[in-house]
Amino acid sequence: MQYLNDPERLMKLLTQLTHGFGTTLSIFAMTLIISLPLGMIVALGRMSRHKLISAPVSFYILIMRGTPLMLQLFAVYFFLPRLIGPIPRLNAVYIAFGLNYAAYFAEIYRGGIMSIPPGQYEAAQVLGFTRSQTFMRIILPQTVKRVLLPVSNEVITLVKDTSLATAIAVSEMFLTAKNMTSSSGSVEPLFIAGVFYLLMNAVVTAFFNFLTNRFNYYHD
Amino acid sequence: MLSASHIRKTFDGAEVLRDVSLSVKEGEVVAIIGRSGSGKSTLLRCINHLEKIDSGEITIGKDTLVSSVDGKAVYAPQDRLRALCLKMGFVFQSYNLFPHWTVLDNLCIPQTAVLHRSRREAEKKALALLSRVGLGDRGSAYPCQLSGGQQQRVAIARALALDPEILCFDEPTSALDPELTREVLTVIRDLAKEKHTMLIVTHEMKFAREVADRIVFMHEGVIAAQGTPDEIMKGGNEQLLAFMGDLDQ
Ligand SMILES: Nc1ncnc2c1ncn2[C@@H]1O[C@H](COP(=O)(O)OP(=O)(O)O)[C@@H](O)[C@H]1O
Ligand SMILES: [Mg+2]
Repeated sequence: MQYLNDPERLMKLLTQLTHGFGTTLSIFAMTLIISLPLGMIVALGRMSRHKLISAPVSFYILIMRGTPLMLQLFAVYFFLPRLIGPIPRLNAVYIAFGLNYAAYFAEIYRGGIMSIPPGQYEAAQVLGFTRSQTFMRIILPQTVKRVLLPVSNEVITLVKDTSLATAIAVSEMFLTAKNMTSSSGSVEPLFIAGVFYLLMNAVVTAFFNFLTNRFNYYHD
Repeated sequence: MLSASHIRKTFDGAEVLRDVSLSVKEGEVVAIIGRSGSGKSTLLRCINHLEKIDSGEITIGKDTLVSSVDGKAVYAPQDRLRALCLKMGFVFQSYNLFPHWTVLDNLCIPQTAVLHRSRREAEKKALALLSRVGLGDRGSAYPCQLSGGQQQRVAIARALALDPEILCFDEPTSALDPELTREVLTVIRDLAKEKHTMLIVTHEMKFAREVADRIVFMHEGVIAAQGTPDEIMKGGNEQLLAFMGDLDQ
């Protein structure tokens, strides 16, 4: 016990971890801001009737889901600068994570959209709704309810995946904890970091439970 | 009012409608009967542009929905199709209400979003229609809170809210038990009394004889017999007699 029985060192550890946690949170938030909407665009592209659109989008999804996120992170960090000039490490993380999670969300959205009964489209059509009205007002709202659970799974995974940013030396919480463990020889910093992830996922879970309840006003 | 002529329709090479011609006059109630698989739903769905025909012609009033050039169907442009189909209402066997909207929204949102009526005007109309189908107090319920018969009555009110010139029903009661069937048929019977133009696919023979001005009997993709209920009952069509015989058992 180097930290847990020494209040002063413990405070210092918590301060540093909290600082790293800020970066972890920003990776988490930026990834969702990029991937949740981008996933819908990818899903629509994947479902397009035009092969010229759906084929490349399918390939994109295959690559994103078929190779390790860490590898994609390296690819963005090392190759993107050759195309567009130097980019900050953290931005490389946002881009790699955003593109990767968009592929997973896209497939979840696609499953949700395809699970809406054809009768909903037919009823909308005979009532004179346009295609975009049908999607925005009838299909999408029902899809949200249906994808909540699989989306929550991905978001919980994302909380833990943020630690992969360590691979390109972004000093989020996991790297901070790992460095403190190396310098002190104690596993306590890593253990406490684990508690942070757990608490964060408890909050995420509570939030999704709240959303699920909000959507319980109807069932089909 | 409505005329469909020489309609042909195949599904993966199988001919489901073989040169079917049918017209409905204003104020007329036409019932379509026939065995399962004879093409009744397909005909109704083709008329409402839920299926595309291979060849033939469909006109509503003076407007052409689809016509044929060199034996191939040519449809009106997308926007005109939408406007034309709005002249028809459609009631599905499985109701197809929008589950995420209240009953009132199911009736109002089509009016505001499609016909650009004001919400006030839409609600007034919706409430009047709901009380007409006996559900004046269920506007704030969600479809999942209603029985099948109630859902189907909401679906009828939803179709009526857009003031269609012709109302089409595809076996509106075949998912319902006898008690609930009765309450739905009562609503349709009242519409017939008010001289609504209607095209009804049904397996309720007694009901068809009672409300229809004309009964159309379909058999294997063709109209095998048609006429007033009396003519149909007296007529000597062999398939029709066999069909009725099976119904009586
Ligand atoms: N979407 C479809 N794809 C393939 N075959 C179909 C489809 N819809 C109907 N059919 C076939 O067309 C025939 C007529 O069906 P339908 O019009 O539903 O008959 P009915 O309503 O008189 O029972 C049946 O043989 C049915 O199997
Ligand atoms: Mg049918």
